[in-house]
Order: sequence, then structure tokens, then C-alpha cells
Amino acid sequence: MARIIGGYFTSHVPAIGGAIVRGDQEEPYWKPFFDGFPPVRDWLGAERPDVAVCFYNDHGLNFFLDKMPTFAVGAAHEYRNEDEGWGLPLFKSFSGHPDLSWHIIEQLVGDEFDVTTCQSMLVDHALSIPFELAYPKAKEWPLKLVPIAINTVQYPLPSAKRCLALGRAVHRALASWQGAEKIVVIGTGGLSHQLDGERAGFVNPEYDRFCMDSLAANPEAICVDSTKEIVRKSGSQGVEILNWIAARGALGEVPARETHRNYHIPISNTAAATMLLETV
Amino acid sequence: MTRAPDTPPPPGDTAPIFGTHLFDGCAAVRGYALNAMCFSFNEAANREAFLADENAYCQRYGLNSEQLAAVRARNVLAMIEAGGNIYYLAKLAGIFGLNVQDVGAQQTGMSVDEFKAMLLAQGRKAGED
Repeated sequence: MARIIGGYFTSHVPAIGGAIVRGDQEEPYWKPFFDGFPPVRDWLGAERPDVAVCFYNDHGLNFFLDKMPTFAVGAAHEYRNEDEGWGLPLFKSFSGHPDLSWHIIEQLVGDEFDVTTCQSMLVDHALSIPFELAYPKAKEWPLKLVPIAINTVQYPLPSAKRCLALGRAVHRALASWQGAEKIVVIGTGGLSHQLDGERAGFVNPEYDRFCMDSLAANPEAICVDSTKEIVRKSGSQGVEILNWIAARGALGEVPARETHRNYHIPISNTAAATMLLETV
Repeated sequence: MTRAPDTPPPPGDTAPIFGTHLFDGCAAVRGYALNAMCFSFNEAANREAFLADENAYCQRYGLNSEQLAAVRARNVLAMIEAGGNIYYLAKLAGIFGLNVQDVGAQQTGMSVDEFKAMLLAQGRKAGED
């Protein structure tokens, strides 16, 4: 039987990719953020998961406004990164796990989540950076990938409540998978930040703390707000917390155990956070 | 005020959020040409073509006069008003070597140093709480 070992959650600020290439991890500006990762690496090194199910949002690499799925599940053999247009390094490709992807898709649609399926799917920095952070020395990724993209770009966005329900449906799918893999769940993005408009640079540590405090034991508490209210509290791009909420759902309905947390303002325009939750 | 977890959020939250422009269907329709042009900048050859002849490149994507003026002025708030979405606009900004902190500074009327200092100050304040 497959086993879900837990999940890690992290910001995916593009500038982190640049810092990694430059080797700036120990620089005073970056160190407080990168220092959040050794516990994640140690845990992954001990657990050695075989598959990652990663909830993220695309920033205009794979999806454009011509077709914008609310929930999209990758079912490809391989996921490549490509030029995102703003000078980021090219990130390594991932091997997919199409059999598990299709099992998840079957179960989700059976559960009335009518997702988009992608047999060809580019993955952007929002997916790659969390792996670069967790496996900094890897020449190739030591685990396979099932990516699940959530629309956080074009309104209407799915509600937080719906994202939690999606994640829980993914959990049921993983629980019924007959393979022997160890599975890690990843949620990327956030926390509070805003890139656009006259309120650019807005962060809200009080709300971020509420989200982090709620994630393991009571994620429902984050889900009482509409997406607009979440934007009000956490900024236009702070709404990427939807990826965290879905990933939390994929750990199941039972409380999870928070084993690590790091929080630092600022990384670029962002209140950056890293959390590790283990299944009980 | 907290609501019970099972209570749906109040319908029709129409109260504006200061300095925040939700990218909804109206904006997505209004900004389609501008965002399509910015999306094309994922390819290096297109970035070069834009730099070689900006007007011709904008014309090829059918930007309206408001969008053309905003691009010519390098005015991010005007681009957003014309339907631009920041994720795509960031690709245009990248052509000029500008990152999201440069763009943040422009939109808030600060210098880049002031904008960065504002974020650092928020970090210090959060650390004291």
C-alpha cells in the first residue's frame, strides 16, 4: 500500500531561483529564508519518498488566458521547464507517474471534481523552486511527480473551502492506490504578498501567523473566508495560500503534526514561509 | 468576527480593496491582446523582435490605443487599468531588466530603495511582535 508521509509547504518567489544560481544562500538577505530548509532536507533524506504530489499555480508558462482550467492534473511522462521570459535559470525536468496520475484523475472525477487532464504540461518556477530548495545537490530529481495546478490568476478563483475539498479527494485517491510508493505532498506559494497595484508591497504577518497556526490542526479556519477576503488580508498573490490549503487537504482529514516552521519578511516582495507537516 | 466553518462566505463582497485590482472576466477580456503579447515573451526571439521594432510588435498583437500608450509610457498601473495581468506584465518588465521590486516601486510612487526599505521595515516590525 502507498503511504503518505506528510508534506512541506513553501513560498516559490522567482528571485529564489536567481539566488540559488548565484550561490547567495549564506548572504544576509537570503540566509534567514534558506535556513528554513535543512529540517525539510533531513526529513526527506530519512523518508526517501518515491513520488511527489505538488499543488502549485502556473504564472503564464503552460497556461494562458485562452484556456484557463480551475484545477488541472498532470498525466505526462515528463514535465519540462522552459524560458519564462524574465531571465530565470532553466530548471531540471521531472519524470511523471502517469499511472498514478490517471488513478487520481479517475478518483477525482468519480468524486465529482471535474478536472482538466494534461498529457503535455510545462512546469514553471512555482513548482521547480520548492524541489531546488529541498534537493539542492540533486543532479536529477530522486522522485516522480504528479503536478496539480490551481488557477490563482483569473477570477473567479476556486474557494478555499473547495480547494480543501479537492485536496481531501486527492487524499482518498492516494489512499486507494495499490502501489507501494511513499508519497510526499507539496504546497507552494504565498504567504502574504502583492505585486500589482498601488498596494504593492503589502504583507500581513498577523494573517500569515493565523494561517500557519491553523494549517496542521484546523485548516477549516482558513476556509471561512471568500477568495476576495483572503486577498484583502494577504494581498493579490497571497491568495496562493489556496495551494497550501489543497496540499493540506491531501494529508487527510485527521490532524497533522507540525514539525517545522520558518517565516521571514521579506524575500523580494513576499512574506516567505516554509512548513513541514507529518502525518500522524 | 468569526463565522462557523460551515457558513458560506457572504455573497457579493463588493467592497473595494485599496490599491488592488482583481483580474476578473472583464479585465481578462479587456486585456486579452496586451496579455497575449506579454505571454509571447516567453520566447527569446519574440523579446528580440519587440526590442527591434516595438510599435510593429504591438500592432501585430492588436493592442488598443490605451494599451499602446501604457506600454510606450512603461506605466504599469496604466497597463493594469488596460486589462494587463501582473504575471504576464512581468515578462514585459523583464525585457527592460525590471523585476517585481522595480515594478512595485513604480506603482507605489517610491524609489526602488524606498520600496525595498519599506519591506525590510515590515520584516523588522514583524520580528518585534
